[in-house]
Amino acid sequence: MLGYLTLIFVCQLAGELIVGALAMPVPGPVVGMVLLFLYLARRRTVPEGLGQAAGGLQRAMSLLFVPAGAGVMLHFHLLAEAALPLGLGLLVSTIATIAVTGLLMSWLGRGARDDG
Amino acid sequence: MDNLDNLAETWVYLSASPLFHLTLTLVAFQGASWLFEKGGRNPLLNPVLGAVIVVVAVLLATGTDYASYFEGAQFVHFLLGPATVSLAVPLYRQWALVRRSALAVTVSLLCGSLTAILTAVGVAALAGGGEEVLASLAPKSVTAPVAMAIAEELGGVPSLTAVLVIVTGILGAMLGPLVLTLVGVTGWSARGLAIGTASHGIGTARALQVNETAGAFSGLAMGLNALATALLLPVLWGLLF
Repeated sequence: MLGYLTLIFVCQLAGELIVGALAMPVPGPVVGMVLLFLYLARRRTVPEGLGQAAGGLQRAMSLLFVPAGAGVMLHFHLLAEAALPLGLGLLVSTIATIAVTGLLMSWLGRGARDDG
Repeated sequence: MDNLDNLAETWVYLSASPLFHLTLTLVAFQGASWLFEKGGRNPLLNPVLGAVIVVVAVLLATGTDYASYFEGAQFVHFLLGPATVSLAVPLYRQWALVRRSALAVTVSLLCGSLTAILTAVGVAALAGGGEEVLASLAPKSVTAPVAMAIAEELGGVPSLTAVLVIVTGILGAMLGPLVLTLVGVTGWSARGLAIGTASHGIGTARALQVNETAGAFSGLAMGLNALATALLLPVLWGLLF
């Protein structure tokens, strides 16, 4: 499992290097995800240890957003000043985006139904 | 009394150490998760929101600034990168389904990405938001590092964008399941794609807990929307302003 955790870190590092070198508009970890995917496509199977390492990270994933979320304390002032436009914009946009994306995927993806 | 003095001194030392802030983050999250489980996994009891409220309350009560908190909390924050990379695993496991719906994914994602940008900017502008506020808000559905870079390019405040990204993620995780059920979207791939497009990693973390197909499509949407928004938003912005 430690070996596969290392592989995940290597993919991220390589992703950061590629993004930096090519000035790509995506984050390094997303390119790292593509690299790990290519590794899996080559192996044609998910090694058990990698499945465990990935599962462990993903079960903890919600926790990982808490430190960034606490950054809200830096912006109480700005948030209070623009509370109405920000609050309404966030709420309406989040609901509209979820409804539009979900409905379109539901209609267009009928050929590939996954839930009967 | 000596022991008590020692305890007090040690506490003063520890309360400023990375260990304290790391532990605070973990304990706050455990508490919020316990509440979430107790409440029958009601999305409205989102554990990220609960933990953030507890952490901010403790920091304000103890007069700790965010920078010293982050010295400890950065060890948790750091793992976001590897966790994102690891999303390749559910994506690979669901690849047959993703390939079969490639066209549907592309069209839905592009429309979702445009909806996220246009509704956020449109509603906030109508409600009286200034250009700096709009520029900080426009990329809010995308994962934080990309959103911050775009906001900077448009003339927004990147650190405000980081906060708006997190709030969007929490809102999507809280309201997404309800909205999708109300509009009659039941398929796991459509539900995952919608949550990931609107609310990036926080939505994906939640989707993974519910269903692997939803998690895979959500992680895919998060990566693709980062790319789509980074390419589309600066062009749209040039047309709008």
